[in-house]
Amino acid sequence: MTVLRVMDVHAAYGPIKALHGVDVEVVEGEIVALIGANGAGKSTLLMTICGNPRASRGRIEFLGEDITHLPTHEIVRRGVAQAPEGRRLFSFMSVVENLQMGAVSADPRHFDEDLERVFTLYPILRERRDQRGGTLSGGEQQMLAIARALMGRPKLLLLDEPSLGLAPLLVKQIFGVIREINTRDRVTVFLVEQNAHHALRVAHRGYVMANGRIVLQGTGRNLLADAEVRRAYLDGGR
Amino acid sequence: MGYFLQQLINGLTLGMIYGLIAIGYTMVYGIIGMINFAHGEIFMIGAFIAFIAFLALGLIGIGWVPLALLIVLVATMLLTSAYGWALERVAYRPLRHSPRLAALITAIGMSIFLQNYVQLLQGARVKPLQPVVTGGVRFFETGEFAVAFSFLQMVIIVITLGLMLGFTLLINRTALGRAQRACQQDLGMASLVGINVDRTIALTFVLGASLASVAGLMFLLNYGVIDFYIGFQAGIKAFTAAVLGGIGSIPGAMLGGLLIGLIEAFWSAYFSVEYKDVATFAILILVLIFRPTGLLGKPDVEKV
Repeated sequence: MTVLRVMDVHAAYGPIKALHGVDVEVVEGEIVALIGANGAGKSTLLMTICGNPRASRGRIEFLGEDITHLPTHEIVRRGVAQAPEGRRLFSFMSVVENLQMGAVSADPRHFDEDLERVFTLYPILRERRDQRGGTLSGGEQQMLAIARALMGRPKLLLLDEPSLGLAPLLVKQIFGVIREINTRDRVTVFLVEQNAHHALRVAHRGYVMANGRIVLQGTGRNLLADAEVRRAYLDGGR
Repeated sequence: MGYFLQQLINGLTLGMIYGLIAIGYTMVYGIIGMINFAHGEIFMIGAFIAFIAFLALGLIGIGWVPLALLIVLVATMLLTSAYGWALERVAYRPLRHSPRLAALITAIGMSIFLQNYVQLLQGARVKPLQPVVTGGVRFFETGEFAVAFSFLQMVIIVITLGLMLGFTLLINRTALGRAQRACQQDLGMASLVGINVDRTIALTFVLGASLASVAGLMFLLNYGVIDFYIGFQAGIKAFTAAVLGGIGSIPGAMLGGLLIGLIEAFWSAYFSVEYKDVATFAILILVLIFRPTGLLGKPDVEKV
């Protein structure tokens, strides 16, 4: 079943047009990676899926329903969670409060169970549970951002550069967890990465974006092998 | 000693009123980064609604003071909240994505509009109210001077402390308060976790207005006269209190209100009544120069 369908979507940040007719499809149970250079419009696409900025043209469907014009919180309540660019933790709130915020749209009866689940995934967060979000290390902040997104039991998880600024060991761990939540919890994942190498290895399929358009697509393995992708995003970009 | 104590009581009472208004300024600033200059008028409208409610109760003959106070308190909070909600809905929400200056000018415009609205409906003459809560206790009697602590002042202090306590719990312990704090930190991210940001902002105005309306009720009881213009000065003082405490910080607003009340009372008592406003605003200037974030405000930096 198609979870997300983006059709000919255009979007702009103020006067700057960032997306020029993007088509993307994500099927249930997949991990799909979106790679591309800085400024290609990857983050804008993730934000546009959540309705901010709004698509000026085109159509976005989630589980068959048109969500193009829904307010952000309504889109999120239908089961789309995002760990956005820059993590955007509530830095004056404790770790637990951040996780509670992630569960705003979830059934409160699941809260204890879900809390236990993310604490098992990231045991360090249990130790830091009463610490303020802003005082965590970079890696811990990234874990909290992902954990927060998972608290709402999303059907579609949008991850923006989960490996950004992390040490290689942590990058490996983050991608391990992404694979784990995909296989064990059956969460569909759509992730944006500049770290194309890791992203394409973990992903079933991938899209390559440049200047607000999708320029290439294929299975993760094929894209990894593609000479053009290698030249543009892998060999020089590591 | 007796004189000092008397001023302390007077200053605390006044400070409670300022503090209640200041919370509304600070909350709105915290969440949408604008100074709601019409907030003083919301306080004034609260005072008028309380005044009308007292008259209405007098007409239907409810004379038992605690019951009358309770009814007026609830009615005032509810009706004034509706004004706060409407203010946001009509004047500010359409400008949510406009430049800040547009919102600021609108706020000043709404302030003038609400003053004239009340003046038209209620007339420009001052409205006197018979004392509702009378009596008190006297202590430290020495010759001709005694410290008077009126029951009214006790009522004001007790109600305010109760409201502030309840309000602090609401903000720190409930899901609603968490949503409010999340919106203060990052509106966009708050909506990304599923919070209805528009509703939370509207709720902030409702909460601020209901607290300001209680301040209006207390002002009415304390001074016994109101007119359509009382919102201006009380509003400016409360705004000063919010800045002194650190704009955006709720405990700061409470503390700032108390300090401004005490400063006013003591300055009037020991120096000159005429210059009490000068003292208050001199403090505002000093705070802005030496500690722009206020006493309890947090600087705008965070670890990224």
